[in-house]
Amino acid sequence: MSNTQPAAGAPSGRVVIEIPARTEFVSFVRAVLTGAAQIEPGMEPERLEDLRIAVSEATTNAVEAHLNAGRDQRIRVEENLAEGEVVVVVHDSGPGFDLEDLTELPPPESPERLLHESGLGIPLMRMLADESEIRSDAGGTDVRLVVYSSKRRK
Amino acid sequence: MQAVIESRRPPWTVLAVGGDLDVAAAPALRQAVMAAVSSGETRLILDLTGVGFIDSFGIGAVVGSLKRVRQRGGELALVCPEPRVRRVFELCDLDRVLTLHRGLDDIGDSPEPGP
Repeated sequence: MSNTQPAAGAPSGRVVIEIPARTEFVSFVRAVLTGAAQIEPGMEPERLEDLRIAVSEATTNAVEAHLNAGRDQRIRVEENLAEGEVVVVVHDSGPGFDLEDLTELPPPESPERLLHESGLGIPLMRMLADESEIRSDAGGTDVRLVVYSSKRRK
Repeated sequence: MQAVIESRRPPWTVLAVGGDLDVAAAPALRQAVMAAVSSGETRLILDLTGVGFIDSFGIGAVVGSLKRVRQRGGELALVCPEPRVRRVFELCDLDRVLTLHRGLDDIGDSPEPGP
């Protein structure tokens, strides 16, 4: 974890929360994580919005993983405020999934095919975070997101 | 999500939604739209002016509502002036297949164009 530890004197902060697997708590996670990120000076408003949506997607997927599997463990969300970036890790204890099973959205050949009701969350999360990493096995899933404070570098 | 408020704007029925449109709010939105369609309101305006946040689950509820209304021979028009909310529809490429009206006055009496 040394790479997320800021140098002495740099703006820093670490926030860890645990929530029950209930959809009503997702807005609470958004509020806490974006609220803490605002403490970091220089976080651009648009990046804060990117963070808010990406966090919502990752947290909702974790809550749904627990609900679908009937798990009553809590979901752990960790945020590290480093210089120039916010790092978020959402950990669930769901049954995990095969990353190759993530459905690719079909190419928009016809307008009707664009009208998806689900499956948009992970593509959207990957679009909005500067870095995203999903690790999943039978013990659960970790989603790690990095959002830079200023304009996207990719 | 705040309560869905229903009002008339002939020939349309307006469902106004407020707050955060996320996984917790999605079921209430779907139910409100289906209740309106079931009671014979086939021309609906979903007014998202009061929505400050939407994610893929909110988008899914809007798209799902649109499909159900169309399946029943109705139509659903969207009012969405808030740039933060419009942006999420645009990121999902949905602005190519849905009209995001900026205000209720932009919607006339004629049917909505749609795919």
